Amino acid sequence: MDAQTHSAKKLITGFILALILTLIPFAAVWTMAFPVGVIFGIIALCAVVQVGVHLYYFLGINSKAPTEKVLAICFAGILIFLMVGGTLWIMFDLYERMM
Amino acid sequence: MLGRLGFDALPFYSAIAFGGASITVLGGLVVLLLVTYFGKWRYFWEEWLTSLDHKRIGIMYIALALVMLVRGFVDALMMRSQQAIALNSNGYLAPEHFDQVFSSHGTIMIFFMAMPFLTGLINIVVPQQIGARDVAFPFMNSISLWLTAAGAALVMVSLVIGKFSTAGWTGYPPYSGAEYSPGVGVDYWIWALLVSGVGSTMTGINFIVTILKCRAPKMRLMQMPLFTWTTLCTSILMAFAFPALTVVAAMLGLDRILGFHFFTNDAGGNMMNYANLLWIWGHPEVYILILPAFGIYSEVTATFSQKRLFGYASLVYATAAITILSFSVWLHHFFTMGSSPNVNAVFGIATMIIAVPTGVKIFDWVFTMYKGRIIFHPAMLFTIGFLVTFVLGGVSGVLLALPPADYLMHNSTFLVAHFHNVLIPGALFGYFAGFQYWFPKATGFTLNKAWGVRSFWFWIIGFYLAFMPLYALGFLGMSRRMERYDVAEWQPYLIVAAVGALSVLIGIFCQGMQLYVSIRDRNKNIDVTGDPYNGRTLEWQTSSPPAEYNFAKIPDVQEIDAFWDMKQRGVAYAPASDYEDIHLPRNTGVGVILGGLGFLIGFAVTWYIWWLVVLCVLGVAACLITRASQDNTFEIIPAAEIEAHEKARSKALEEHKPAPGDFWT
Amino acid sequence: MNTYTPKSAGSPGPTEETLDIRDLGFWIYLMTDAIIFSLLFATYVVMFQNTATGPVPSDVFDLEHVFAETMFLLLSSVTFGFASLASIREQKGHAICWLLVTIVFGLGFIYLEVAEFIGMIQSGAGPQTSGFLSAFFTLVGTHGAHVSLGMVGITVMIFQILIKGLTSPVKSRLHRLGMFWHFLDIVWIGIFSIVYMPGWLI
Repeated sequence: MDAQTHSAKKLITGFILALILTLIPFAAVWTMAFPVGVIFGIIALCAVVQVGVHLYYFLGINSKAPTEKVLAICFAGILIFLMVGGTLWIMFDLYERMM
Repeated sequence: MLGRLGFDALPFYSAIAFGGASITVLGGLVVLLLVTYFGKWRYFWEEWLTSLDHKRIGIMYIALALVMLVRGFVDALMMRSQQAIALNSNGYLAPEHFDQVFSSHGTIMIFFMAMPFLTGLINIVVPQQIGARDVAFPFMNSISLWLTAAGAALVMVSLVIGKFSTAGWTGYPPYSGAEYSPGVGVDYWIWALLVSGVGSTMTGINFIVTILKCRAPKMRLMQMPLFTWTTLCTSILMAFAFPALTVVAAMLGLDRILGFHFFTNDAGGNMMNYANLLWIWGHPEVYILILPAFGIYSEVTATFSQKRLFGYASLVYATAAITILSFSVWLHHFFTMGSSPNVNAVFGIATMIIAVPTGVKIFDWVFTMYKGRIIFHPAMLFTIGFLVTFVLGGVSGVLLALPPADYLMHNSTFLVAHFHNVLIPGALFGYFAGFQYWFPKATGFTLNKAWGVRSFWFWIIGFYLAFMPLYALGFLGMSRRMERYDVAEWQPYLIVAAVGALSVLIGIFCQGMQLYVSIRDRNKNIDVTGDPYNGRTLEWQTSSPPAEYNFAKIPDVQEIDAFWDMKQRGVAYAPASDYEDIHLPRNTGVGVILGGLGFLIGFAVTWYIWWLVVLCVLGVAACLITRASQDNTFEIIPAAEIEAHEKARSKALEEHKPAPGDFWT
Repeated sequence: MNTYTPKSAGSPGPTEETLDIRDLGFWIYLMTDAIIFSLLFATYVVMFQNTATGPVPSDVFDLEHVFAETMFLLLSSVTFGFASLASIREQKGHAICWLLVTIVFGLGFIYLEVAEFIGMIQSGAGPQTSGFLSAFFTLVGTHGAHVSLGMVGITVMIFQILIKGLTSPVKSRLHRLGMFWHFLDIVWIGIFSIVYMPGWLI
């Protein structure tokens, strides 16, 4: 809530980075300049980096953030990995067996 | 105007259903009449219903849990008696009615008995154990309580208006979909879960923040009492697992009401994803139920063995390990769905790994008792009963964790025996132990010993009689949830099981008697010191019942067993002079109103009364916006009043100074 | 126990410490909401091939439309950031202006989304058509519902700033609402990266 986490410079930097990271995958999909597999890679990479940019620049998750908040997001990240990863593994395994 | 609600929803179609409805309605009426007769409406509203005091909220949670325990147990008695007589006969319950009974038994025992019981104990005890004056979000606490009560009310109303679900407590589609269950039963079930589930998520958030942020300033994490630790882990599980239940119940609701195709047979639905999502919540849920009980056992064992807890750090790490692992085993609830061997093997191994930290805990409790001077308080009896019995349930669980073995025992009464064997000694006995242990703290007088001991023996003997035969029946090939059968060999076992249920009935009667006798003799059993067992943790420093603000001065924590340490140093009751004003939240009726609106929304959606839904949603929005615009929700207790109160307590303590031999034996 | 009466009528507002506690509580709520969204995402991925007799993803997705939505939401995130900044600098007028701009962008986003939904339903691609569309409407609709709730919140905050001024509780509420709003933009990154783009490619 202090001016440290919210400065105009920070906001603008975050916005420009987010804009670039949005434009790259959209451009890749529109132009189809690469094979589909590569485009998927670009989309995934840009999305992950952009989530990081939003967390850092807009939500103030940086080295000065309270430990509890960082721990909470790490824990949520682990759980999302377990739940989503597990769901996809279980369900696509079933699809294969029902082919 | 009233959607699909009509006179045919009233239970005039069956004598038994009508009897159940009449008892429910009459019971409610008697309570209302008694409150009116004694002119206590204002008292209840001002002192209890609108209270934001965590101790009162806790007591209300436990009252709800006890009522629902009786209701859920009546369902159990009906099932046991039906199965005892249903060899080649229809018994006395029609198939559809029997299905409703087992569905409501499971739903009630999990959501409206166990959850409120543990939440109530947490509410009463945890803020005091960490030296706090209140929870982090007192108003949200009140909303949680009333949403839980609203969910329970929906289940109770289904006895009178319409029918309850017949799809079991897990409500698997496609059977629970609109095509095969067109009635209102599954909708009641969905909305009872959704409404109370939101309450549980909020309880989780509340206690995570309370424990992380509101501890006495000097209390480090590794100095927290074990019950606080298990509460922290349970709260994390509640906050992070209940969203999965919300998602899956909402999807089933969308399928049923709006014709979506998440879990239907046709149009690309995938009912296997339902089992997947439900158990992503469901497995953490069993640890939500059992971890607080583990915390209670830890407190009770240390206090009544009169020793410091053995292996404090290992208990903490075991609890934390269980918390994470509990999110990685959910597939073992549906091994037979047809996943490939690799998938089943991974989840089977993960399941067996969870037994390791649990085993660590068992050894810690046994070693705490080793060479201790054990006092056989009823709470301790329940703990010892747990230690012996729970190991059996745990072992049968490891057996079920083997996918090939699970293929054989899945859906048999062996499974029923297993999960009752872990949840009754594991969780329920723990809540009973906590009830016996903290009752004087919550009310100011101790419970009668003799009736407590009797209730323990009837419970544990009843438990063995009721569930050991079910293990054998599973091996004999009996499926769960059968309302009639034609295998004569099974009947003797089922009769023994029914006798066990009767023994539990006597156990519950003894608990009722214990409450009655203790309240009748309350003036003889007053707990003057607030420390009736020579306790070790901070909740025994406050008076019984505690002042509204718990601690006049925030305690100075230096050790794991903080209060024990203070008694050793002779500063436990050190008089203070420089009291300061204390801010506490003012009572508010908004929580009750939100609970009422939650109930109405559930009821209205169940019966398709859409205008009422819109109205109630607007009401919720109005309540929340109003509340979110209030800045001054606190009131001040002036220092002078605190000083007067504390002086009176010091005087009482002086007159009744606890001598070493004076404690409960 | 109402036996205690307040010493004075003007009881105090919450302290810095309680605001800090609320901040953490709200953050954990956002994490639980993230779990809800991640399970909706997982369900969508599990079901996106279950098109039954209905349309496949590339039939119904319009990438230009999605790009416009993305821009609206990203811009609104930044403008909310400026509103927070103005509130920290005690610039009441600026804060209200930036919040109004945020609402305009938010409305633009919701307008586009509703138009997309209505168009799909009219062309026979409603949520009742197939498992894929049920999952799509539920995921994207849940996000849209959150954005709408956020705009109700912004409206309430505008009135609170107008009536109460930038007091410490008001600023703290605005800060939490800002976290909510930025969080929704992160969810949207997932939606265009997991739902729209792959759907358009396959």
